[in-house]
Amino acid sequence: MCTVCGCGEGESRIEGEHAHHHHGHDHAHAHMHEHADSHHYGHGPAHAHAPGMNQSHMVQIEQDILSKNDEYARANRQAFAENGILTLNLVSSPGSGKTSLLTRTLQDLGDEIPMAVIEGDQETSRDADRIRETGVRAVQINTGKGCHLDAHQVGHAVDHLELARGSVLMIENVGNLVCPAAFDLGEAAKVAILSVTEGEDKPIKYPDMFHAADILLLNKIDLLPYLDFDVAQCIDYARRINPGIQIFKVSAKTGEGMQDWYRWIETALESRLLGHTLQAADAPAANTVTG
Amino acid sequence: MHEMSLCEGVLQILQTEAKKQGFKRVKTVWLEIGELSSVEPEAMRFSFDVVMKNTLADAAQLKIIHKPGEAWCTQCSKTVNVKQRYDECPDCGNYQLQITGGDEMKIKELEVE
Repeated sequence: MCTVCGCGEGESRIEGEHAHHHHGHDHAHAHMHEHADSHHYGHGPAHAHAPGMNQSHMVQIEQDILSKNDEYARANRQAFAENGILTLNLVSSPGSGKTSLLTRTLQDLGDEIPMAVIEGDQETSRDADRIRETGVRAVQINTGKGCHLDAHQVGHAVDHLELARGSVLMIENVGNLVCPAAFDLGEAAKVAILSVTEGEDKPIKYPDMFHAADILLLNKIDLLPYLDFDVAQCIDYARRINPGIQIFKVSAKTGEGMQDWYRWIETALESRLLGHTLQAADAPAANTVTG
Repeated sequence: MHEMSLCEGVLQILQTEAKKQGFKRVKTVWLEIGELSSVEPEAMRFSFDVVMKNTLADAAQLKIIHKPGEAWCTQCSKTVNVKQRYDECPDCGNYQLQITGGDEMKIKELEVE
């Protein structure tokens, strides 16, 4: 089990890596311990503790439970920015057509933009195999019992990808609309995929995810004529949770609406690189993403 | 459910702090959990006991400090209480609320020896 960030990597495996990786490298520990030494007495459970009366004492630590993950996410984000890489975290329930949408995107954009994929699933490398069939580099992370990817796993997976400046890195998270919402991976944007076969009330049933997402891809719209799915209602629900969410209606199967999604990726990558040229002049580029 | 991972995160923090501050055993852990954080307190309690078994916090008590959900209503220009992210303003019915509190997920304090 990983002793550094504690996000359940005990069960996780990254393709091509030994299951029990060791941490010889340096990790930046940026969190503050403002109250680290402020032991105080008389504020115990029953307000009955007095110094000298009992060995037990109180320590205030005020630490976010996800602080370890957030440190890794910060390191990933910084490395992505320094290396001019646009990283997108794709989240959805199982069966929303996430992998199909991804393979179509890779096929259509792969010639103009260098792309790579990190695949997260509990088991098997089937999705990474599907991606590799398109000629794009992919690394599979199997989370075992874990229900989400965490920033630490992603940092290690990136080491296997050798991403060129100006690449787009797609992270296909574990199919789950709950847990991946809480774990920042260091991505530039979270992209939620919702298919019209699922029901228009998903945004209010799983508000945390739709709140955390920057983009909503409403997929399988070619099936709308055969369903009772109310697109306007779905968009209204999504905006209640997240007024700023950007919504694209797409069909990965027919290609309808995909051009807008591609334009968004191209524009986001372009603006990332604009900032990058400025930074690269002052700062030495980091070679690898810390994990 | 990711409460198990969260508890493992708590345990890691306890172990780090134990080394740093020189305590051997954790008797009570106070967590501050906001109403809008994606944490289910009951699942947290269950996972906590399982994860802490045979560690420095074996049989430690878990105390959860609940923080209510709070949001700023742009229309009323004031803070209102909300139970869920998609709640409308209880006063004006506006959905354009900015969450200002209640998404905490923190270890607040420990009783140690």
